[in-house]
Amino acid sequence: MVRLVLALILFALPVPAQEIVAGLSQNRISISTNFDGSEILLFGALKQGANPSDPDSGVIITLEGPRVPLTVRRKDRVGPIWVNRSSVEVDAAPSFYAVNTSAPLERILNFTADLRHEITVGEAIRSVGAPPDISDSLAFTEALIRIREENGLYQTNIDAVTVREETLFNTSFILPANLVEGVYTARLFLTSDGEVVTQSSQTIYVEKVGLERFLYTLAHEQPLAYGFLSLAIAIAAGWGASAVFRYIQS
Amino acid sequence: MQIYLPIAEVSVNAFLILGIGGVVGILSGMFGVGGGFLITPMLFFVGIPPAVAVATSANQIVASSMSAVLAHIKRRTVDFRMGCVLLAGGLAGSAVGVWIFTMLRQLGQVDLLVNLCYVVFLGIIGGLMFIESLNAIRSSRSGKRQPRRRHNWIHALPLKVKFRTSGLYISVIPPVLVGMAVGVLAAVMGVGGGFIMVPAMIYLLGMPTKVVIGTSLFQIIFVTAFTTLLHATTNYSVDMMLALLLLFGGVVGAQVGTRMGSRLKAEQLRILLAALVLAVCGKLALDLLLRPDELYSIGLAGA
Repeated sequence: MVRLVLALILFALPVPAQEIVAGLSQNRISISTNFDGSEILLFGALKQGANPSDPDSGVIITLEGPRVPLTVRRKDRVGPIWVNRSSVEVDAAPSFYAVNTSAPLERILNFTADLRHEITVGEAIRSVGAPPDISDSLAFTEALIRIREENGLYQTNIDAVTVREETLFNTSFILPANLVEGVYTARLFLTSDGEVVTQSSQTIYVEKVGLERFLYTLAHEQPLAYGFLSLAIAIAAGWGASAVFRYIQS
Repeated sequence: MQIYLPIAEVSVNAFLILGIGGVVGILSGMFGVGGGFLITPMLFFVGIPPAVAVATSANQIVASSMSAVLAHIKRRTVDFRMGCVLLAGGLAGSAVGVWIFTMLRQLGQVDLLVNLCYVVFLGIIGGLMFIESLNAIRSSRSGKRQPRRRHNWIHALPLKVKFRTSGLYISVIPPVLVGMAVGVLAAVMGVGGGFIMVPAMIYLLGMPTKVVIGTSLFQIIFVTAFTTLLHATTNYSVDMMLALLLLFGGVVGAQVGTRMGSRLKAEQLRILLAALVLAVCGKLALDLLLRPDELYSIGLAGA
């Protein structure tokens, strides 16, 4: 929300020297029964003066899924067995996060700018309250990033933004099949000398449709009816299979 | 063929899930176990979140047990009277079990306790059954007859009832207690409890193996139906799409399993079940004892 307001303010300001405009191949992703991941194409142009082919400047595009609080647990050895011993609460971690850049990150983005705009995935995760008995709470955040990178939920794609004729750029995001529904935000940054010169954002809606939507809503709004329906299906299926087999045998 | 599951929020291969359902269905028809102790770890393995896996497998067990029970009823191997007595104890026991589970969750470490429960009970039951059935096979080969069931203190208890299908005339107190104990464990461990119930019926109550399987399945239907409803209303974690895939495989597997089971001798059935129980126990014990590849795990906050 804060980001959206910021973006609106940015647009309302008198036209800055450099501006970035962008479009999406689709701003609505429907999760239907046969949903198997998706690809989103993001393209745009830079107005006036900016020169992304300049070695000091670059384009960074991030795509972020809804943020949720999480618990990261670590196993430790107690006697002969391994048990979950310590845990750290993460206040908000994006369910999906991808960073696509036009050049290696360390060349086009400095640390302060990253911190301020929360661009890399490490900055996008907000973790405040580590219990006092855990000294290495950073290891928990790193583990969270590592596990999600393995699942394709967190991605860093260097050189994935193609810049053409010094003004046009495009990139694509691969969304995995285990996508969570919600509002996704794409942010575009134009950097120069490691600083963010200008930015803009786009919104993508990811939602379940059809049967998926129906079942999800039923399960949450009519849980008892949903439970009985599940049982009815189970009993009918059990009886049906028995009847079919008896018919085949006779 | 990939299918997106609405509650689990992951996309899975439909044929893989059908296969898992089928394998567990065969086992459940053969041995009278619901298969909860097998299906849940298998679902974890293909990436279904634990809460959804536990709740949905309860729903699938209702289906495969129903399918198998109907096959058993046709062969007259279900002792309804005994089933109802066990069930009465079982429902009371599961209420106590749910209460214990909530208490333990507040203390933390409920996962550990569930795993330890599994290892201990699977180990003891599997080990005892294995030795017993090995002896039975050996003595039947050497031509000796099994000694007749002894009359012990169980036969001295009051409230005697005739269980005609099982050929028993015993007090209702032991079956009610067995049902209660299994109910408590089943609720704490999140399974139907068939793998505890089956040996308890054979060794504690002295029921014939052929009747045990149908009767165990009969009471599992009710226990798991109750669990499904509980999960659906409190955690919203029953995935109907996943359940549908599982039970299509499961009900067919259960029919096949029942027919396979009827061709085997009682001792052979018991030794196979014992081996299966020991294998699962070994796997869980290794998970606890060996250093895991990934020390960290991610869970939803507060869960």
